[in-house]
Amino acid sequence: MVSGIRLENLRKSFGGNEVIKGIDLEIEPGEFVVLVGPSGCGKSTLLNMIAGLETLGGGHIHIGDKVVDDVPPRDRDIAMVFQSYALYPTKTVRENITFGMQTRRIPKELQKSAVEEFSALLQIHAYLDRKPGQLSGGQRQRVAMGRALVRKPEVFLFDEPLSNLDAKLRIEMRTEIKKLHQRLGKTIVYVTHDQIEAMTLASRIAVMDNGHVRQFADPTTIYEHPVDLFVAGFMGSPPMNMLPGHLRRRDGRTVVTAPSDDSPDALHFPLPDRLANRLDQPDGHEVVLGLRPETIFRAGSELPGDERFTFKRPVSVVEPTGPDTMIVFEIGATELIARVRPEDASKPGTPFDFEVDMAKAKIFDAKTGLHL
Amino acid sequence: MRQRRISGIVHRRGPRHVLMRGLLFAILLLFCAYYLVPLVVMISTSLKSLAEIREGSLLSLPQGLDFSAWATAWGSACVGVRCDGLEPYVWNSVLMTVPAVAISTFLGALNGYALTKWRFRGADWIFALVLFGAFIPFQVVLLPMARTLGFLGLAGTVPGLILVHTVYGLAFTTLFFRNFFIGVSNGIVQAAMVDGAGFFGIFFRVVLPMSIPAIVVTVIWQFTQIWNDFLFGVAFTIGDSNPVTVALNNVVNTSTGVKQYNVDMAAAIIAGLPTLAVYVIAGAYFVRGLSAGAIKG
Repeated sequence: MVSGIRLENLRKSFGGNEVIKGIDLEIEPGEFVVLVGPSGCGKSTLLNMIAGLETLGGGHIHIGDKVVDDVPPRDRDIAMVFQSYALYPTKTVRENITFGMQTRRIPKELQKSAVEEFSALLQIHAYLDRKPGQLSGGQRQRVAMGRALVRKPEVFLFDEPLSNLDAKLRIEMRTEIKKLHQRLGKTIVYVTHDQIEAMTLASRIAVMDNGHVRQFADPTTIYEHPVDLFVAGFMGSPPMNMLPGHLRRRDGRTVVTAPSDDSPDALHFPLPDRLANRLDQPDGHEVVLGLRPETIFRAGSELPGDERFTFKRPVSVVEPTGPDTMIVFEIGATELIARVRPEDASKPGTPFDFEVDMAKAKIFDAKTGLHL
Repeated sequence: MRQRRISGIVHRRGPRHVLMRGLLFAILLLFCAYYLVPLVVMISTSLKSLAEIREGSLLSLPQGLDFSAWATAWGSACVGVRCDGLEPYVWNSVLMTVPAVAISTFLGALNGYALTKWRFRGADWIFALVLFGAFIPFQVVLLPMARTLGFLGLAGTVPGLILVHTVYGLAFTTLFFRNFFIGVSNGIVQAAMVDGAGFFGIFFRVVLPMSIPAIVVTVIWQFTQIWNDFLFGVAFTIGDSNPVTVALNNVVNTSTGVKQYNVDMAAAIIAGLPTLAVYVIAGAYFVRGLSAGAIKG
């Protein structure tokens, strides 16, 4: 039996400062949910509340069909992987892994077979008798996961488990965590501030900001249909370009004019009909046009499409990343980034022909920040 | 984990450098002598006969090894009216110091653990109040303590002295452990909670094994304080229950007969030897404990 988790109007304050402001979340059994957000958004506090390491300020937590509001961590049938690994430094790897079973007085033979099973799975059998101090970061990470896995709980909680690893190892372990989830099928709640980790791992992502969940959806929806400017700006690297402008009706079409109407080099981004028909805002309404860097490229470098718009602007900075090259340019006072093929790049200062796929453009209300 | 080597740092060469090095070592040697000469004088005097002491100078070495002064100090020197040497009083000190050090260190560890890892409302206030105890001059508490001991029926006994030293040691032991545990990652305690351990389970099986460096520091400190204490010993014990510090005073400050400097010196060394031994044994362990504890949790 795999358990789901249901959070009901959760609240928490620290010394009069409310950090969790009424969160409702329904996590299906076997789901991999990632809580993502900037530091201080309350995601780790929320995880600690699910773990029982933090008391509730209000609301209820259900794990499976039980209300666990007043159940201590050890009786919640959870296991947790901590950011700093939190291995017991005086115990060997084997003792670290079996500590939870020792405190629960599980027979020695069962402990032994569980250690065998998971040390093979995580490839840690070679250093079972070493102390954590003698292990590398990646090895410690594996031990920390082994300690969580070995008890076979219903719910796994991960608190930024990869943030102390170097970039290469992080990608390796990311894949490994995903494999483990596919193999074990247990419910996982995973906290990270790394939006790429969130995109790659999650079956659903909860984007958090300032004690609220802004959007809870699968990664594609989060990326393609962000509900507001915050979610749009947080997910994606480099981030979505946010171009402030005005909604205008010109020649029977709806356009976004930027930087302003009276600017000599104002651009008029035509909106696709599908989008334009949805908008009932008056002429001149202040909006933000959201363009992902990969939807801006060198004119003519992609196969022709329907809703394309081309314009010319000088290149201000060129940032090669290898597979793609980022071109930074300006519209009014706003810096934008285009993601082009390396061979399409041009020198700083030279004019550049940009083409935008307007079918992928997003429109947000400048005042409320909401997606229109 | 990764330690920076500092032995390979490049420095200047040449005659000026050699001269400065020479000067440096000369000053260091001077300081060594300053601290070691009194010990040398004590040892050499304790090995001389009374005649040698009268005739020779303070710094002259003994002609032969004469341990009779040591035997006298240990077994037959007169402490007050009783002439059994320091031996019974050394045992008094041991019986007082060992339990007092053990209990105060243990309670300090428990306090530090509770104050840092099981935070509760007012924990900082309680710690501030405990810390206040470290600044109270002992003379201030002599009278109230004497009344308390009398009330408890422990006046003039070794257990009474154990109680006094445990109570007054708590301020320092709590301080030491609190400062050590504040550096221990909370994640380790939380991991142990998720692993199913309770307050004492985490304390004994996870936290205490990690705190060996803090235990060693605290034991050295407490042992030195309690063994060397004179004030509480002289105020709260009588005659046969005196600790060795008080007995030493009674040996040296005797007003009858000839001053037996060799016996005095031997007695002083006997009284000081245990603290020296604790430093040598625990100190080496302390250094090892420090480097072993220097891994990140």
